[in-house]
Amino acid sequence: MKDLGLYIHIPFCRSKCYYCDFVSFSGKETKIDEYTSFLLKEIELYKDILDEYRLKTIFIGGGTPSYIEGKYIGRILDKIYKSYDAGGLEEVTIEVNPGTLDEEKLKIYREYGINRVSIGVQTLNDNLLKAIGRTHTSLDFYNSLELLRKFGINNINADLIFGLPDQTLEDCEEALEKLAHLEIEHISYYSLILEERTLMDKWYNEGKIELPHEDEERKMYHRGIEILTSRGYSHYEISNFSKKGFECKHNLFYWKLKPYIGLGLAAHSNIHKKRFWNYNNFEDYYNSLKRDSFPIDGNEDIDHKMEMAEYLIMGLRLIEGINKKDFNERFNVDVDSIYKDVLNKYREQGLLYIDDQWIRFTKKGLDLSNIVYVDLLP
Amino acid sequence: MSNIKSSNIRNFSIIAHIDHGKSTLADRLIEKTGLLASRQMQEQVLDSMDLERERGITIKLKNVRLNYKAKDGEEYILNLIDTPGHVDFNYEVSRSLAACEGALLIVDASQGIEAQTLANVYLALEQDLEIIPIINKIDLPSARPEEVKREIEDIIGIEAEDAPLISAKEGLNIDDVLEAIVKKVPAPKGDKNAPLKALIFDSYYDSYKGVVAYIRVFDGVLKPGMQIRMMATNKHYEVTEVGVTTSKQEPVDKLEAGDVGYVIANIKNVKDAQVGDTITDHNNPTAIPLPGYKEVVPMVYCGIYPAEGEDFNTVRDALEKLQVNDASLIFEPETSAALGFGFRCGFLGLLHMEIIQERLEREFDLNIVTTAPSVIYKVKTKSGEELSIQNPTNLPKETEIEYMEEPIVTATIMTPTDYVGAVMELCQNRRGVFINMEYLEETRVNLHYELPLNEVIYDFFDALKSKTRGYASLDYELKGYQQSDLVKLDILINGELVDAFSIIVHREKAYERGRSIAERLKEEIPRHQFAIPIQAVIGSKVIARETVRALRKDVLAKCYGGDITRKKKLLERQKEGKKRMRQIGSVEVPQEAFLAVLKYDDK
Repeated sequence: MKDLGLYIHIPFCRSKCYYCDFVSFSGKETKIDEYTSFLLKEIELYKDILDEYRLKTIFIGGGTPSYIEGKYIGRILDKIYKSYDAGGLEEVTIEVNPGTLDEEKLKIYREYGINRVSIGVQTLNDNLLKAIGRTHTSLDFYNSLELLRKFGINNINADLIFGLPDQTLEDCEEALEKLAHLEIEHISYYSLILEERTLMDKWYNEGKIELPHEDEERKMYHRGIEILTSRGYSHYEISNFSKKGFECKHNLFYWKLKPYIGLGLAAHSNIHKKRFWNYNNFEDYYNSLKRDSFPIDGNEDIDHKMEMAEYLIMGLRLIEGINKKDFNERFNVDVDSIYKDVLNKYREQGLLYIDDQWIRFTKKGLDLSNIVYVDLLP
Repeated sequence: MSNIKSSNIRNFSIIAHIDHGKSTLADRLIEKTGLLASRQMQEQVLDSMDLERERGITIKLKNVRLNYKAKDGEEYILNLIDTPGHVDFNYEVSRSLAACEGALLIVDASQGIEAQTLANVYLALEQDLEIIPIINKIDLPSARPEEVKREIEDIIGIEAEDAPLISAKEGLNIDDVLEAIVKKVPAPKGDKNAPLKALIFDSYYDSYKGVVAYIRVFDGVLKPGMQIRMMATNKHYEVTEVGVTTSKQEPVDKLEAGDVGYVIANIKNVKDAQVGDTITDHNNPTAIPLPGYKEVVPMVYCGIYPAEGEDFNTVRDALEKLQVNDASLIFEPETSAALGFGFRCGFLGLLHMEIIQERLEREFDLNIVTTAPSVIYKVKTKSGEELSIQNPTNLPKETEIEYMEEPIVTATIMTPTDYVGAVMELCQNRRGVFINMEYLEETRVNLHYELPLNEVIYDFFDALKSKTRGYASLDYELKGYQQSDLVKLDILINGELVDAFSIIVHREKAYERGRSIAERLKEEIPRHQFAIPIQAVIGSKVIARETVRALRKDVLAKCYGGDITRKKKLLERQKEGKKRMRQIGSVEVPQEAFLAVLKYDDK
């Protein structure tokens, strides 16, 4: 039996955040019921394909999965447990937004085995929250947190974004200190990247908003690392920090290129050296499933060279880096000789640290990772 | 060659401004005379190079022979000789006009006459050609044929009342054009019993046949087996084939006085069958060659270098292949400290330069870096030496120079009166000297300026177009050399002099150019892990300085939901950009940066 990570996409939100380019819709509440039933159908469809796999993690993301009624989450999980081998399941995460939780939802979450909650805090500055299109306040977060703890959720992640328009270093420091003080088990601290076709990107190009200067933005990042590590968090991935033993197991499937399946609109899968992704609109997604065919929109074959490059690119996101022995065993080659030139070049430039066992980014390398990635691509 | 007597031959060209529909009309004439069924026709048959078609201009002239049964019941042979439509190729135009007795002047029914059209009309009048005005694009709502007719009469002074009103695109009234050719273009004169006299108006290299020369026979007869002599080079060859171009090349027994066709004679290089040269009978030569032969001299030079990872030898092979077909392209190896081994190339003008660059990139799939174009400067040194400098790097030290001279052109700019101010300002900025202004009609003038060629080659044409919303047109010719206060402007990147960026400029312009180049380079050079100073210097004096800030952050957003494909696409885009870089010291400089030196800020 092989281990598998499972991602479930819930493409519904109360409203669209200005920086968001994920496949998610507001004002389509009438579709929730229908969507769930198609999702159940997709789960059923994968039954045979996954019979040699054992679920290790489930991640219900979005969108805002906590925005839809709890019963739908219950139905989805129930179907998963009935369809796949869930005996070895270690982590079941759901993404929630402050202000969307209630006791009824949490009761169902617990009932269906959810043991980890990722909460979209983004910032604790209410003005900033408003400016980026979030519909909750910092108070909503504190209330949600209390509720989660009350229901015994003892593995919580909080998402924070830095580099927001008008955000200051102090904003970031304050939020990090608070979360650390609240003993949140896991903190994701992301750099804002303006994605094409988002409102914020448009405003930025029109000169309507300004972003913190690059040096300031890096300060926010470096300061974040300092604060959290001094508060007992382990900085284990470029943007992720956790208390000991609370690393996100699901994300490790991505970073270590282990097999995962994504179900629902626009979800991505990586299995059997193939990468494929689902339709990103309801119509095509539904129509495929109506015909009992996989709702796959596109795919990419990953050859040996590309797989090695991806393994390095994803794996270098981890602070410990790439374990040479793991790499050599997985690909049956010697990483040092295959990537000799690139590795030497960036070790000399101070972007990579390399010893007998490991290849990892230096502190400078973490800030300039793309330079190395570009050279790793075949 | 056929039983049609020479009184039923008509040799003609088409003169038109870019976009006024020359190629489309040519297509229609070909179609109408039944040479090719319209479904077989590729759009615009005569412009066979992709580049020509894309740019809507004709670069290499060609010819085609049409058979036409006129309304008078007689069979005619119409030889259409196509001409290039750009100022850079003026000489080629004049030679192909010299091969004709008449020319169709196509004028756009809404745009009227433009400077380039006029320049070619003058060339045609010099050759004593019968000019037949044709008003094209009458199907457009903005067409104003009556006004345009008056314009032709007023400006050129030829009768236009009966000018055919056509739409080449729609195929409207094409018969009128054919009839006008038959009626108005004089039949060729010439004596087929006199010694051979034939004009080369184009030549190209065919890898099987060798050089194919397109000719017009003025006197005598040309047939296979004859020994012919090129009067400019005095070399002689044996003719292996003569023929005419229809939908393909068709060999014939002979070409006689009045005929247009081609000749193949085991010639290995187009340089030995140059446009404008006269072919005569080696054993019975004519005493006087046809007038007008001149060797084409390049006006503009630039360095062409292989980009990162491209091989010097492949670039040389490609240039050699292009040269075989283009006698006006010259090149020789040179070395740049920044760019390594490459070539100094000479061109007829800027368009010619751009065309060669694009052909190297497209047809030969080469990655090349081109340096700023330069003209030829004449330098008198204090030791009394006279030098011709085409590469700024070779300029002697300022202290060793007695004086310098630069080439000056006389430019004719035709513009609607609304833009006179803007055009004058532009010319002034480019060190132009105003000569005079003539009114062509109430709303249009011809401005005459003397301009230094080195100002014209930097973006002048584009600036002119953008300042006049595309309405102005430009024609220029070399006037001569003139003393001028010139200096060499160098660019230092990260403390290193990059010779490929060096240019020669007028002293008064140096500060402005230096600043503008430094600013542009700052935009073009990507940020590195370290800060990169960019300096513009004259001698050892820094006149402008910019800094490309060090890169502090270059990261991807989080990889949400395992969507690696998208992240990879972003990285691949970044990688694609890196490929076009040229390593100079520790700095990666993109190809575009080399173009930055070409741009002026006065648009």
